[in-house]
Amino acid sequence: MSFSNLTRRSVIKTGAAAGAGLALPTYLSAAAHSGFTNAPTGDTVTLGFNVPQSGPYADEGADELRAFELAVEHLNGQGDGGMLNTFSSKALEGNGIMGKKVQFVTGDTQTKSDAARASAQSMIQKDGAIMISGGSSSGVAVAVQGLCQEAGVIFMAGLTHSNDTTGKDKKANGFRHFFNAYMSAAALAPVLKNLYGDDRKVYSLTADYTWGWTQQESIQAATEAMGWETINDVRTPLAATDFSSYIAPVLNSGADVLVLNHYGGNMVNSLTNAVQFGLREKQVNGKNFEIVVPLYSELMARGAGENITGIVGSQNWDWKLENQMGDRYKAPNAFVQSFRETYGFPPTQAAQTCYAQTLLYADAVARAGSFNPCAVGEALAGFEFDGLGNGPTLYRADDHQCFKDVVVVRGKENPENEFDLVEIVEVTPADQVTYAPDHPMFAGGELGDCNPGA
Amino acid sequence: MDAILLQLLNGLDKGSAYALIALGLTLIFGTLGVVNFAHGALFMIGAFCAVTLSKIFTLSHKASEPSGVDFLGKPKYEDILYIKDWFGETAGAWMLDWSVPLSILFAVPIMLAIGFVMERGLIKHFYKRPHADQILVTFGLAIVLQEVIKYFYGANPIPTSAPEAFRGSFDFGVMLGFDPNAIIYPYWRLIYFAFSAVIIGGVFAFLQFTTFGMVVRAGMADRETVGLLGINIDKRFTIMFGIAAAVAGLAGVMYAPINSPNYHMGMDFLVLSFVVVVVGGMGSLPGAVLAGFLLGILESFASMNEVKNILPGIDQIIIYVVAILILLTRPRGLMGRKGVMEE
Repeated sequence: MSFSNLTRRSVIKTGAAAGAGLALPTYLSAAAHSGFTNAPTGDTVTLGFNVPQSGPYADEGADELRAFELAVEHLNGQGDGGMLNTFSSKALEGNGIMGKKVQFVTGDTQTKSDAARASAQSMIQKDGAIMISGGSSSGVAVAVQGLCQEAGVIFMAGLTHSNDTTGKDKKANGFRHFFNAYMSAAALAPVLKNLYGDDRKVYSLTADYTWGWTQQESIQAATEAMGWETINDVRTPLAATDFSSYIAPVLNSGADVLVLNHYGGNMVNSLTNAVQFGLREKQVNGKNFEIVVPLYSELMARGAGENITGIVGSQNWDWKLENQMGDRYKAPNAFVQSFRETYGFPPTQAAQTCYAQTLLYADAVARAGSFNPCAVGEALAGFEFDGLGNGPTLYRADDHQCFKDVVVVRGKENPENEFDLVEIVEVTPADQVTYAPDHPMFAGGELGDCNPGA
Repeated sequence: MDAILLQLLNGLDKGSAYALIALGLTLIFGTLGVVNFAHGALFMIGAFCAVTLSKIFTLSHKASEPSGVDFLGKPKYEDILYIKDWFGETAGAWMLDWSVPLSILFAVPIMLAIGFVMERGLIKHFYKRPHADQILVTFGLAIVLQEVIKYFYGANPIPTSAPEAFRGSFDFGVMLGFDPNAIIYPYWRLIYFAFSAVIIGGVFAFLQFTTFGMVVRAGMADRETVGLLGINIDKRFTIMFGIAAAVAGLAGVMYAPINSPNYHMGMDFLVLSFVVVVVGGMGSLPGAVLAGFLLGILESFASMNEVKNILPGIDQIIIYVVAILILLTRPRGLMGRKGVMEE
């Protein structure tokens, strides 16, 4: 009899498997949707904006949210249209997305991976969000990107700079407009060589987590390729607030350049401490001691105040781009003007990337003629565009990373106001920061197949 | 040798912040028996007193005539500081430059008032409640205070400069016969260390050499007996709470130029300060100061590359490892008194 094979163990195994299947979130089961996750059925479509609304990056999150709100306004045909007027693709008509009015829900990432996943999951499951965007941390981006892949929705990353986001952790449903650590290093290296020569000794402090490691690896490779020598790299705890004990030995180490692979509060404090120790006034090896901060942000610059004067770093975008660098960058002023008219001050690079990502998603849906994430992904992959503020840009199909020019900036000597703290030194063309899809720094992961949730 | 001297100096400087916060915590615990988890928030509010005064000094009005056009082609008007209007160009510039030291005068009455209001309005209702209740209510208060600061000042750090004369660093190495740049240390951090020493000395002198201090010490040793002598010890303990708040606030004011103040800075110090208090011995003022400096120095040495190469990650755990070792060998901490938290 067949029942003779039914043991206690097999019953438990079968029961456990059935239980696990029933316990699957509803968005992973085919019955929850028609064709793909959260297919819009009425006359509206819901986007989910997952930004830090509490915690140390709350100000950056607030700026991202302002940009998202502005993008939704422009998509729905309100306001002055912003960069819809300059965007090279003309698929969007200011009537929402494919005629459906855009509405949005927000989540608080708290800049914690678990909290970010929970808020994204809630927006997908409870609010029916068809796309998730935003964020201020690579750890969060990688975590939410993984969730969106499982859930079958598109993830349009916000501010995430680690190579891993479109490297070993890349996903078919995830897309990054922001630049990465490799690009920062590739853009900075020639500028650093011009400014400080090709014979320098580097001491670096690196935040001990995924972004810090990839940033350090990238800047070390790029500077050593032009003749610099890295004499020491010290990993610093992410939770560190006072860097004096890490800065104190630098001057006596023989190094004449300090690279701070820090972001946010870490960068504000480590740079402030380095300037306090008088590093920038010293001469070592017969040269002026220099400090480099590979990744700048406007809010960090504001936190560090006058300590950033003369310090070189890189940015994804700067609101002065069109005014200072001319015709190649046609769109920034359209966005800056719109943002400033609405909020009273210019946008940060985090705001610009979030605004651009929202428009890019909406445009891809319109071009694809479908909200199906696989159709949207196909429309985004390999898409070449202009007019969103960074000059000509390619969304590479191999890894879903945008390739565009990188802005090299320096802390301004006499800033006119708190929004004018950096000056553009140079804009490094996209082809100088482009790398092969199988570059070793990005190896180890596969995009995999797009998941529509069906 | 120079590296060891440098980290010793750095440890004393780090330790001075720990010692100041732990001293205030111990004052409150020793007098009122309250475990005050809002003490870090008082340190943070002190730093924001410096930020506030600096913001007051930079209040400005627009010039009547435009000085040019902004990037959108709109007329741009120069900002003129009120303090320069009121006190003249030179005095106004001096006040702005010295806003952090001047904040001490601004912070003392504010911190005393916050201390009194906190103690009378909230904490006195928890004297007879279990320590767990005290921890919960003071921790909740700390979160409320930091969210209030975040609401008004944002989440981003706010740079606050030391006076021009105290920026830059001093070359100790040359003075001690080492090579130039071997032992350099920032002026303001040296001032912070000296300031801490003065405050710590002042608190001890106040308790040791004044009648008020003598009564407080007697109350710390035996509250009931002092009460039976007809002395209103509660009133004195309330004043001590205010003084402890002022000590934390002053530590925060002077810390503002070291690291840009942010709403979360109190929490960053709180856990460390509690470890300092426990290692020093609950209720022991000299113990808190000794443990503050000791742990600051150990933390600095643990950050040295030579140490980290042998024991990776030791800089992140050294304080807790030492705390465990001390509590295993001396359960009351370095200078803890018998009977404190042992009932």
